[in-house]
Amino acid sequence: MAKLTISDLKKIKEKALSENALREGDRRVKVTVHMGTCGIAAGARDVMDALMQEINEAGSTDVVVTTSGCMGLCSREPLVTVEILGQEPIKYEHINGNKMRQIFKRHVLEGEIQRSFVLATGQEKTE
Amino acid sequence: MLELSMHILDVVENSTRAGATSVEIEISEDTVHDRLTVEITDNGRGMDPATLRKCFDPFFTSKTVRRIGLGIPMLHQAARATGGSISVASIEGSGTRIEAIFRRNHIDRQPLGDMAATITALIMGNELIDFRYCHRKDEMNYCFDTRDIRREAPEIPITHREIITFIKNAIREGLEEIGVRS
Repeated sequence: MAKLTISDLKKIKEKALSENALREGDRRVKVTVHMGTCGIAAGARDVMDALMQEINEAGSTDVVVTTSGCMGLCSREPLVTVEILGQEPIKYEHINGNKMRQIFKRHVLEGEIQRSFVLATGQEKTE
Repeated sequence: MLELSMHILDVVENSTRAGATSVEIEISEDTVHDRLTVEITDNGRGMDPATLRKCFDPFFTSKTVRRIGLGIPMLHQAARATGGSISVASIEGSGTRIEAIFRRNHIDRQPLGDMAATITALIMGNELIDFRYCHRKDEMNYCFDTRDIRREAPEIPITHREIITFIKNAIREGLEEIGVRS
């Protein structure tokens, strides 16, 4: 039997419910980590890991994380798209765990685009 | 790709793109017969026989943004490098099953890597899909199933930061307990 048990999970559940942070429409930012073969080979999972850690440490409840496939710019991977509600999506290139932490702290939390990592702005096509 | 867990993350991505609602990942390590097998089964839309024949071809993809598809070919290469093999079976409309067999102690066998990170990354990107991950090492067995989490905490999205952290730690502990090395 693992040390982490169902009762630990129940505690998390109660705490999360009491935070009252699960209201719909609470989603302020969407962060997409591109996880095609190229992205994964270039380190996208570490980027995702760093992002999850940052969200956990900051206690953010309004950040949605998602993944997408390859968009044909394999040489620029790992790519991350940050989309703040009502603003144009920003695509970052050659991201690693540390850059992801910086983007999270400065852009996601404070709204300051990290220009030195930006690849492009706007939507793309992934299929 | 330098770890089996990365290949798994990548190949399961195919399942999610094929519209699967449930994906099973089974790893079994047999130290007596020097084997490590990775089996991925999904209930996605499957492939027709013509597509199935082409899936080992690195110059075949179903996508249009680029003309290569390296997911399965790279897993194939990783298995072959250890004297192992890979097989893909698919039924159109009902799902696909991939099995890769490795010689466990072969010097070129890639390390397993961080399976907890792979499973949580899959959950983060595919909130609505159920994942089951079972790892057997000889007589020992560990299983994780997102359905158990959803049953215990149905009010909270499975991607909630604390749930994800719980899952990551639970998988790490579970694997450690059965003596799996990353």
